[in-house]
Amino acid sequence: MILQVKQLKKYFSTGKSFFGKSRGTVHAVDDISFEVAAGETLGIVGESGCGKTTAARLLMRLIEPDEGEVLLEGRRIGGAQGGMSLTEARRRMQMVFQDSYASLNPRLPIEASIAFGPMVHGVAEREALKRSRDLLARVGLEPSRFAARYSHELSGGQRQRVNIARALALQPRVVILDEAVSALDKSVEAQVLNLLLDLKTEFGLTYLFISHDLNVVRYMSDRVMVMYLGKIAEIGPVESIYRETGHPYTRALLSAMPTLDPDRRTTEPPLAGDPPNPIDPPPGCRFRARCAYAESVCERIDPADAVGHSGHLIACHMSIPRSGHTRQGLAQ
Amino acid sequence: MSLVEVRDLSVIFTGDRAVHAVNGMNLDLAPGEVLGVLGESGSGKSVTLRAMLRILPPRRTRISGSIRVAGRDVLALEGKALEDYRGGMVSMIFQEPMLAFDPVFTIGEQIAESVARHTGADKAKARARALQMLDHVRIPNAKRRLDSYPHEMSGGMRQRAMIALALACGPKLLLADEPTTALDATVQIQILLLLRELQRELGMSVIFVTHDVGVACEVADRIAVMYAGRVVESGAARDVVKDPRHPYTAGLLASIVRGELRGTRIDAIPGSPPDLSALPAGCSFAPRCRHARADCHAAPPAVRTLAGGREVRCVLVA
Repeated sequence: MILQVKQLKKYFSTGKSFFGKSRGTVHAVDDISFEVAAGETLGIVGESGCGKTTAARLLMRLIEPDEGEVLLEGRRIGGAQGGMSLTEARRRMQMVFQDSYASLNPRLPIEASIAFGPMVHGVAEREALKRSRDLLARVGLEPSRFAARYSHELSGGQRQRVNIARALALQPRVVILDEAVSALDKSVEAQVLNLLLDLKTEFGLTYLFISHDLNVVRYMSDRVMVMYLGKIAEIGPVESIYRETGHPYTRALLSAMPTLDPDRRTTEPPLAGDPPNPIDPPPGCRFRARCAYAESVCERIDPADAVGHSGHLIACHMSIPRSGHTRQGLAQ
Repeated sequence: MSLVEVRDLSVIFTGDRAVHAVNGMNLDLAPGEVLGVLGESGSGKSVTLRAMLRILPPRRTRISGSIRVAGRDVLALEGKALEDYRGGMVSMIFQEPMLAFDPVFTIGEQIAESVARHTGADKAKARARALQMLDHVRIPNAKRRLDSYPHEMSGGMRQRAMIALALACGPKLLLADEPTTALDATVQIQILLLLRELQRELGMSVIFVTHDVGVACEVADRIAVMYAGRVVESGAARDVVKDPRHPYTAGLLASIVRGELRGTRIDAIPGSPPDLSALPAGCSFAPRCRHARADCHAAPPAVRTLAGGREVRCVLVA
């Protein structure tokens, strides 16, 4: 396992009232554990507020976790004894963000932006610039035309290619792609996804691919993790998640996808209402307020992950043996 | 008899460089019809909608051609007639409802204001209409929500409130500019179904602009595909999606990522859309088109009309 995440937790306070009383706590990431094998792509899906971006930021240590630990190549990140320093961890694990413009320095030509990281990590300037130009060529931007340009002179798709090149400049093992193609037009998105797949093979990368688009996640991932209000709803091999869906929330997400066929339009919305906000969630299952199958056990007990087959985990009382749910064990 | 007739519409943004956002656009819409306008960023789809509502900044835009809605010459409207047209005959919903509402007034006040302005109703009647509209778009606790401020509502609720505002004066034409793009998947489908239901109930026409083929399939009777400020293909939604004739439409459909395609390469369109301040002389798509031949680069192809009311701008279509 190249990446192990154990009981990771991050709460945010929503600020204090005039009298100093805390108004509430956002349970952004609430006790999640998962592992990623070297060379695989783990897709992470969920709606806004489900904690997928917070999880990515915790892995990169852009924010400090409240509890839990992250192990990269078996070594604890930020650990005191035998742990991996943040500097080293960030060389081995890099991230590409959704906003391609905000993540590049507008005052640097793109070749300098890409060379910046390696130079900070001790690579000589000449070597770093050479690497930068090689990478530009690799992501499909002809260095003689593009190296000296500034980020505002590029289109969205070109800028995202630069961000990918920059992430690869430190020769990382793991790349976290946080909605990296979501802002791109469909025809450009397809080009960038093809590029990401090529780079993965060429450099032997491991991806964490975060997206709200279930089609893209299915296309890219080996395993998929579905999050809901800070918790893992379901995690497992991609085809198992899409074909033998276990969690009612995942089923709702899948049936909310537009059909692409005017003759077979959706007739019923799978869920009513908006995703609730993650401030002070009620006890029990987080999804029960929107779930058609909620029963009293769902109010009382937070469903711990039930082990399905071949590592497909479903956090739902209907999938947990002897949970007390009347539909337990019934096929949905 | 069409409700909307757009003929040879061009919109140029003037400035340091002239940007040709819309280039000779034609569009027809029957009463009660839903047209999905499909295109990527910079295709001119939003600019077309804004030109139809006359909300483009007049100092920096040059508009030519004609827009007729219910027999009226929209580009000639001035003063009171223009105010009556906007929000009365035609209204618009946007991607970002926070921008459509004034943050310092309640939802109820804003809907009532629009009703009073267009129908001359008194305060009580206008408020009653606002309540009726919130019920209509299925906002729970409509009575209480009347006194909510926009920031107190969730994204999906705000989008419903904006639809209530747009439909409060019974417009004949609704312009929808990517109204579900910023919403979560499970909320998006709710709003699409709501719009479809309201459209059927009220019998209005809708022009629904989107970049998402799936969304267009869910709402549209007909689809018009735009590229570089022109409609390159239009026809019944079913025909366009199942049997695309323009190479751009075909490329767009092929580059949609479908999960089942795992392990294969996506057939992406190479290159990127043209610079709107320096459009090619011929077909705008020719530089990216794998079927392009010499005559494609000479002049923009004329519209070819096929059976079933389909129109395609491509020399390859006989």
